[in-house]
Amino acid sequence: MNGGALTALIFLPLIGAIFILMQSEERAIWNSAFIFSLLPLALSFYVFFEFNPQSGDYQFVEQYDWIPQFGITYHIGIDGISLFLVLLTTILITLSILYSGGGDIEERPREFCFFMLVLETGLLGALLSVDLFLFYMFWEIMLIPMYFLIGIWGHGRKIYAAIKFVLFTMVGSLLMLVAILYLVYQAHIHFNRTSFDLPLLYQVPLTPTQARWLFAAFALAFAIKVPMWPVHTWLPDAHTNAPTAGSVILAGVMLKMGTYGFLRFAIPLFPAVAVEAIPLFMALAVIGIIYGALVAMMQSDLKRLVAYSSVSHLGFVMLGIFALNPQGIDGALYQMLNHGVSTGGLFLLVGMLYVRRHTHEISEFGGLWKRVPVYAAIFMAVMLSSIGLPGLNGFVGEFLIMLGGFLRLRLAVVIAVFGVILEALYMLWTYERVWFGPITKAVNETMRELSGREIAVMVPVLALMLLMGLFPRPLISRMEPSVNAMLARGNFAQAQLDTEHPPNRLVALLPASTHEPLIAAAAR
Amino acid sequence: MSPFNLAAINFVWLPILPMVIVAVAAIVVLLAGVHVDDSESEGLGLVALASLGVAFVFTLGILGQNGVAFAGAISIDSFAAFFELVILIAAMFTVMMSLDYAADNNIAGAEYYSLLLFSTVGMMLMATAGDLIVIFLGLETMSIPVYVLAGIMRRNAKSNEAAIKYFLLGAFSTGFLLYGIALVYGATGTIKLGPIHDAIASGSMGANPLLLLGIGLMLIGFGFKVAAVPFHMWTPDVYEGAPTPVTAFMAVGVKLAAFAAFVRVFLVDFPSIGAHWQTVLWVVAALTMTGGNLIAAVQTNIKRMLAYSAIAHAGYLLLGMAAGVQSGPAILYYLLGYAFTNLGAFGAVIALERRGEVGNQISDFRGLAARQPLLAGAMAIFLLSLAGIPPMAGFVGKFYIFSEALRQGYVGLVIIAVLNTVVSAYYYYYVLVAMYMQEGGSEMKRLSNRPALVAAIGLAAIATILIGIYPQPYMASAANAFHSASGAEGIHTVAGAFDP
Repeated sequence: MNGGALTALIFLPLIGAIFILMQSEERAIWNSAFIFSLLPLALSFYVFFEFNPQSGDYQFVEQYDWIPQFGITYHIGIDGISLFLVLLTTILITLSILYSGGGDIEERPREFCFFMLVLETGLLGALLSVDLFLFYMFWEIMLIPMYFLIGIWGHGRKIYAAIKFVLFTMVGSLLMLVAILYLVYQAHIHFNRTSFDLPLLYQVPLTPTQARWLFAAFALAFAIKVPMWPVHTWLPDAHTNAPTAGSVILAGVMLKMGTYGFLRFAIPLFPAVAVEAIPLFMALAVIGIIYGALVAMMQSDLKRLVAYSSVSHLGFVMLGIFALNPQGIDGALYQMLNHGVSTGGLFLLVGMLYVRRHTHEISEFGGLWKRVPVYAAIFMAVMLSSIGLPGLNGFVGEFLIMLGGFLRLRLAVVIAVFGVILEALYMLWTYERVWFGPITKAVNETMRELSGREIAVMVPVLALMLLMGLFPRPLISRMEPSVNAMLARGNFAQAQLDTEHPPNRLVALLPASTHEPLIAAAAR
Repeated sequence: MSPFNLAAINFVWLPILPMVIVAVAAIVVLLAGVHVDDSESEGLGLVALASLGVAFVFTLGILGQNGVAFAGAISIDSFAAFFELVILIAAMFTVMMSLDYAADNNIAGAEYYSLLLFSTVGMMLMATAGDLIVIFLGLETMSIPVYVLAGIMRRNAKSNEAAIKYFLLGAFSTGFLLYGIALVYGATGTIKLGPIHDAIASGSMGANPLLLLGIGLMLIGFGFKVAAVPFHMWTPDVYEGAPTPVTAFMAVGVKLAAFAAFVRVFLVDFPSIGAHWQTVLWVVAALTMTGGNLIAAVQTNIKRMLAYSAIAHAGYLLLGMAAGVQSGPAILYYLLGYAFTNLGAFGAVIALERRGEVGNQISDFRGLAARQPLLAGAMAIFLLSLAGIPPMAGFVGKFYIFSEALRQGYVGLVIIAVLNTVVSAYYYYYVLVAMYMQEGGSEMKRLSNRPALVAAIGLAAIATILIGIYPQPYMASAANAFHSASGAEGIHTVAGAFDP
């Protein structure tokens, strides 16, 4: 059914990238890049509406032989776990290109658009792959354009940041490659068939020792990408020095590849080890939440602050994932989208400040509210969404994560809550220093208000924040069957640590009509 | 397939016809050189290129055949054909990259091209060898012209240094190999590869010290030629000093030929006593990968960097050797990808080079992306392939070798290899940094006047991507080639890549 939709989705940006290489006129480059980012966007919405929300299986499946010697197939499909990340990718790439064309990127626009679109192909390919070899290939491919984006169009110590980013990620992913090969070999022993197909590999029987080592290799690769504390140190450098569009995609989508990897590969492939690892990963997640928030509070650089807030937010996502119950994982998935939208939005807004003042230093600003009220208002809205204000998107995710985490390991949630408080603290404090008070620097007196293009970039972000805050049901209902299927496969219901609380699904128990008012009521 | 069905014409010379063609062409080029000015040596290059092309077509006819010629001295099998084809490709690329380089650097064309062709004959002989003496013969026929080629820029001190170093150490290593051959002959009573295999496999030899010593000495001899640590010392100086097309020829052609013989002798003949030499190769592979990569990371001269990178790649190949007979096809596939990638990379170095010296620093690559986007793009493809980034050929090669080694339980060595890959990414990416993220760099000759060089780089780039994205036919022919050699000499079952 719908043959070729996903293939088109993956490779349209690549075709666009090659097309752009043949352009020479700057306007034409930006326009064609924008159009070629709109095509996959439209296609991803088509997939969204055609997606069967009742099914937890892969949909839009395509499978062709590729390297028969290894049983490698071109096997792609989409389910409730990847569906929204695909949408997020296509949306953020489009917004980034739209934004970057407005003056943020002035040098070498052709290469910039080329790498952005290649990056989109890599991201979508990794999200849609059902074959582990295919996944690994796209996973590595997406590193290269990001490396160039940071290294060419970044600021400050951009080369250092780009190389650090690549080397960190490569250490993890190459060890994962070894684990993949080992796993496939085990599959060969048990099924007498070589295959990199995920559904088959889910069933490979492993000894506990084997499973532990393999899980460790997968988890390391994904934890670096997330990034979890203590392997997060590449992130602040990469973010601070990346161009705005690079930061948006890095925070918005690429970090999600790590959490997605846990959901899709590390946990379902080795469910027993994942259960053993719950305390470890919850502890690391909580450390990340608190550590990220504390370090963010100390930053004098606006972009670094947002970067560390990502460490904190992704800690919440990991907390939800390792709750290993429906609430936690639904919440984690939701929070992944939220973080993409609101942190992506924050990076865009910070980038707009940079275009105006060529600095990210908080002390360089102050009192901007008086000059640029629309800008300030939008910044406020996005920031509140990031904090998790009820009624906006951030709240739904955090609420579900806490709920799931509470059912699994109460202590973790009790500590993690402080992260929310800290976040409100540093975000509001930052806001005060940048936007309120008297204007301290004369140059800020003449600051430009947002241009029409900049507002056009931010409107979809604001709209998504509101929609996802008020109407989570259409999204969660599409995630649920896939999440349930994944949990059922791993048999996590039996693996409850906290036996007092059998897995009850508070949100799902309620009929859909009562569910939205519940969230809305909590908002008041 | 070739239109020439060699099996139908049962003529004893036909299996070595490709070699004869190249050798005759070498003599023709040498003689014609008397009447040709050095400044007009391009014509001689084209003759050389044409002869290699004809030899290539005839070699296609050997694919799929099985047998021996000259009383077992020459093997006729897909293994030989596979290596011969890749060697011929390497030689053709070298000639294409030499055409204006030779004229530019006042290199005497007649001598240059004929030596290149003679050396190619030696390489092909190594690939087709059916006994140890022919391997030795091939090795010498290959090496002696390369010693001269390394020093062919007579007024260049570095070129002279390269020649003398390569000659002394090469002669030394040949001695090791010959001594090893003598001992193996003494132990087994034969120099023919098939009977040697049978003698060892029969088990009557046990751990005969004479045999083991012979194998050890042969290992050293081959170790020199493939530049394995600790026998690698000559590589960087020789690679740096030799004219760059010759460096490319050494890094690809010599390595291909050496591995052809190495694989045929060790993986096909000696596997039954693998326990004795595989452990040694384990250590050598680990040292070679790590040593090559660590030293490459601090180089500022691109030719030295590529020399150490070639050492590191020999390490990955030795990892396959250490893992034993099952990884044979993976080694062949890896060499195929390696050949195109490295030829292309050296081609890009040649494009930047002026008068044989200037343009060899990594800093000369600065700003190349802005000045020559296509050349920079091609070089980026080669570097990413060397670093093992998908979807390039280098990635699939590593993937193939690593998965076979894991299958044999070499988890530790594979982990060492992947960590090495990270180190290698560091220095390959630094050239990308120079090309794309820095400004400056040196002037270069106009590429539009150098069509052969541009064609070589372009073809190498296309092949590097194609072999990576669509590896299936190349994997199949690598597997066929390896099995044709091992099957012919009595190994009953060598499984393909994971097939049941």
